[in-house]
Amino acid sequence: MLKGRHLIEPGDFQLDEIESIMQLADNIIADPEGYSLVCKGKLLASLFYEPSTRTRFSFEAAMLRLGGEIIGFDDPNNSSVSKGESLGDTIRTIECYSDIAVIRHPREGTARLVSKFANEMPIINAGDGGHEHPTQTLTDLLTIRKFKGGCDNHVVGVCGDLLFGRTIHSLVKTLSRYQGVKFVFISPKELKMPAHILHQLDPKTYTETTSLDEVIGNLDILYMSRVQRERFVSEEEYLRLKNYYILDKKKMKSAKEEMIVMHPLPRVNEIATEVDEDPRAVYFAQAKYGMYVRMALIAKLLGVEDKK
Amino acid sequence: MINVSKLKKGIIIDHIEAGHGFEIYKELHLNDIDDVVVLLKNIPSKKMKQKDLIKIETDLQIDMTVLGLIDPNVTINFVKNGELCKKISLTLPKVVNGIMTCKNPRCITQYEDVKDIRFYLVNEEKKQYRCEYCDAYTTFIDEE
Repeated sequence: MLKGRHLIEPGDFQLDEIESIMQLADNIIADPEGYSLVCKGKLLASLFYEPSTRTRFSFEAAMLRLGGEIIGFDDPNNSSVSKGESLGDTIRTIECYSDIAVIRHPREGTARLVSKFANEMPIINAGDGGHEHPTQTLTDLLTIRKFKGGCDNHVVGVCGDLLFGRTIHSLVKTLSRYQGVKFVFISPKELKMPAHILHQLDPKTYTETTSLDEVIGNLDILYMSRVQRERFVSEEEYLRLKNYYILDKKKMKSAKEEMIVMHPLPRVNEIATEVDEDPRAVYFAQAKYGMYVRMALIAKLLGVEDKK
Repeated sequence: MINVSKLKKGIIIDHIEAGHGFEIYKELHLNDIDDVVVLLKNIPSKKMKQKDLIKIETDLQIDMTVLGLIDPNVTINFVKNGELCKKISLTLPKVVNGIMTCKNPRCITQYEDVKDIRFYLVNEEKKQYRCEYCDAYTTFIDEE
């Protein structure tokens, strides 16, 4: 039963609960009209303390497509935060008006903290600094399910900024709960997967390398990520690392025919635009699945999926 | 060798790693109590070569959690009527509530007034704990 629950990190849900969200997403994709009024009369608070296009739009589009409405902000300077209000007070106030809240914040652990102040309103973490981004993980799982038939027994290459990449941390922890998944972590040594993630994995299930060329032929899924300027203190260090990996047509020739390329977007230089026409490039489909999976999540947390 | 008279009642915190005695003294806020407190440092020890030791002539209850965090190898002797009545060895607590602070500069607890932050033991050897909010690993005291 997911009604009334928070989603702060993917570990908050059991695999069968995640499966139930995936199944609902499948149903919504098959019959979007049928779900277009299930959230009628419900309000989603969209609290974005740092810039976001994709995540915010996909949440807001998801709520609107379910027939619900949205209140919120995408610039904390336009809210009471600029007056020095604590997060606890903000959430307690917003709970007076809203049925469900989505929060993105640059500080790690924010969503967990605010969930302690929400008595009945489900909180969805839409990204907290370099920590977690669980709805991107649901998006990724739905994409893998759609293109690879399921999440078990894949060799998953994860490439780019593995140190600050919150989407990657959430995805790796979640995929490690499925059967027979092996990881190849591909990063410059300055941006390696942090110890707190590696400690949660069976050492036999992953390898680490700095070379994408050497391993691309072994992968079933290649998950590319952007080196994020906003996570670096030093601009010089960012400029040095941002073009470390560029996936292009030449590299794709070494990959399996059935490998898929995923990316949470936005991309900068890490995937050349020439790769977009390759049928193995599924990142724009992934963005669309993001909206459907968020529709399924909102409907589940509000307990309205049966109102179809 | 300096001699300190035998304790009639109270607590002897023994086998403190040399150098950790003052840390324990501070964390137990022994400066704030009116009872007799003795901190001995760098005492020759057969087992440890050197050790620190604290004697407190008191009836106060002591929160063992903080001792386990600073130096889990200490032993605590409770003395009553001049006799040893109870001896306790410490281990690192599995969960610490409200004593530690997160050292991750990006953790929300550095910016909001968050009370009673919970930490979970993840690595006994390195005395590392995981913050309940940001999941970053941290230690109670900085090891050299």
